[in-house]
Amino acid sequence: MNIIVCMKRTPDTATKIAVKDGQIDPACLDTWIINPYDEYAIEEALQLRDRAGEGKITLVSIGPPEAQETIRKGLAMGCDEAVHLVDDAFAGLDPLGAAKVLAAAIQKVGDFDLVYTGWKGVDEDHGQTGIYLAEFLGLPHVSMVVKIDDIGDGEARVEREVEGGHELVRTSLPAVFTAQKGENEPRYPTLRGIMGAKKKPFQTWSAADVGLDPAGLQPVQEILSVTLPPQRQAGRIVEGETVEEKARELARLLREEAKVI
Amino acid sequence: MNFMQFTEEQEMLREIAYDFARNEVRPLIKAYDRRAEFPQELLPKMAALGFLGVCIPMRYGGAGMDYVSLGILCEALEWADSSVRETIAVHVGLNGLPLFQWGNEAQKQKYLVPQSRGDKIACFGLTEPGAGSDVANLSTHARRAGDRYILNGEKMWITLADVADHFLIFAKTDPAARHRGISAFIVERGFSGVTTGTIHGKMGVRASNTGWIALQDAEVPAENRLGREGEGFKIAMSALDNARYTVAAGAVGVIKACLEESVQYANQRETFGQKIGEHQLVQQMIARMAQRRDAGELLVAKAGWLKNRGIRNTRETSMAKWYCTEAALASANDAVQIHGAYGYSDEYNVERYLRNAKSAVIYEGTTQIHELVQGAYALGYRQDKPLRCELPAYDRSYWQEEGEATLE
Repeated sequence: MNIIVCMKRTPDTATKIAVKDGQIDPACLDTWIINPYDEYAIEEALQLRDRAGEGKITLVSIGPPEAQETIRKGLAMGCDEAVHLVDDAFAGLDPLGAAKVLAAAIQKVGDFDLVYTGWKGVDEDHGQTGIYLAEFLGLPHVSMVVKIDDIGDGEARVEREVEGGHELVRTSLPAVFTAQKGENEPRYPTLRGIMGAKKKPFQTWSAADVGLDPAGLQPVQEILSVTLPPQRQAGRIVEGETVEEKARELARLLREEAKVI
Repeated sequence: MNFMQFTEEQEMLREIAYDFARNEVRPLIKAYDRRAEFPQELLPKMAALGFLGVCIPMRYGGAGMDYVSLGILCEALEWADSSVRETIAVHVGLNGLPLFQWGNEAQKQKYLVPQSRGDKIACFGLTEPGAGSDVANLSTHARRAGDRYILNGEKMWITLADVADHFLIFAKTDPAARHRGISAFIVERGFSGVTTGTIHGKMGVRASNTGWIALQDAEVPAENRLGREGEGFKIAMSALDNARYTVAAGAVGVIKACLEESVQYANQRETFGQKIGEHQLVQQMIARMAQRRDAGELLVAKAGWLKNRGIRNTRETSMAKWYCTEAALASANDAVQIHGAYGYSDEYNVERYLRNAKSAVIYEGTTQIHELVQGAYALGYRQDKPLRCELPAYDRSYWQEEGEATLE
């Protein structure tokens, strides 16, 4: 069972986002983590490989040179190899461009049964890359996977999350799965895993290495501006002579102003 | 602070250790502290991650990290609670490292390997009801009888007494001599004549297990003597060089926790129409915490750096322990003050930090002992003589080699 996990580094979810000139202020981004949904994919992949007792997990990640440390955390968790895609042409990719780069790299890695990635990145929340990736690779795509029920020769049965419940899906392999938070919490790297991470194969590929022309990676969508959610308003005390009157007023406010009922 | 040049592995350890402290320790430690109960459930988790053998070479069951990493781990754990760091201080600093430093190969295989993997837990029995700072006055004695020693005496204030499987016990093989008459013994819980108990009613570190060990004609095989007869005092002091380093590093974690929580509270709580952080006297307390954090980090980093290079660091480690634990106590005291009445209640963490911090200026050399030590160094009254077995300098390739010890 050879699995390719596409991961990327994202700002720590505890980051206090600041907006400057309509865009996220890069100065506020100082702590980086593995995108949590990619981390679920890593955990599932580790469990699949360990259950199978054979095979390898290759991490594929686009990011600046500094992202190396975050990728190495994936190796410390137990993944076997990593491919880091670094090129000036990869700065500012949109999801379509990112999927093109990942697809080219995955084809170069070759020999895989499954491509696993998070259903979205917690940085820009597009939720598109996995879908495009399946298209470029010409493979089936199962989104929002929460559990691998059964995986065997050329076929898998997986549970995916749908509104209010789960759906059991059968697909042929290889396929592209995108991970939603399931039952398995991502493991901490062990200290031995941390010390062993640097000994694992780690390749750095450019656009040319994966046979891509930077001209074909131009974004087709552009973020025009970013705004922070409005500050929370102070609470309001509903006035009234009687309890019934207060309740009626509260119900009216919830219906007409808050529009939640 | 990058001039300290932490490695990528050390940074990753910091992240993991703080995540562990945040997600695994903090949510449950307050309840254990209230019940004065040892959080046994954390031990298998810490063992699985390799915390219990952090800086022990892989061939002896450890994770093969360096001494700086030991400090980073202790800082992160004590950022959550002192009691969890104490487990590392005792299990690794006061037992694992002395076995590594002074033990023969058979002793390392038999005891250090399972300890570093976390299959066995270990502690250190030096202090007695009548001998704390005055170590040479200890009265537990060991009488040689053929191929074994017969130990009699009582140990007191022993961290992990009721938890540990292995004890490093110090006893007089020559009762007439003072510190030159002390020898060290590896004692198993299962040996005849060994009983332990827990001490109740501690002011702080209530989630740590502290107890007594009674030895009544306890029979210890002669091969379990660590080092030579009469070498026990040196072994104990070198063990303290390691454990005091973990205490100092942990105290920096306390200071950081105090600072973070005080800053958060000072930016939230309002009096006289402004955030209390805008009051200058509150700012002064915050500023001093930041100063203590920075100074403490440097002292700990220096001691760790010396250890990695195999340079004797008794003076620097004592300095770090003395400064950092006093700094943590002062910071926790200020943190309670900043939190006002809320800080005095266990709704917030800072009262626990204060109770915990008080213990660390007493154990592993009281503040007064360290003042005497530092005074004696400065005046030229005290010099460190080379030891028969020095703690080896960190050698990455040796530490990372899987020896036969882990193959089995």
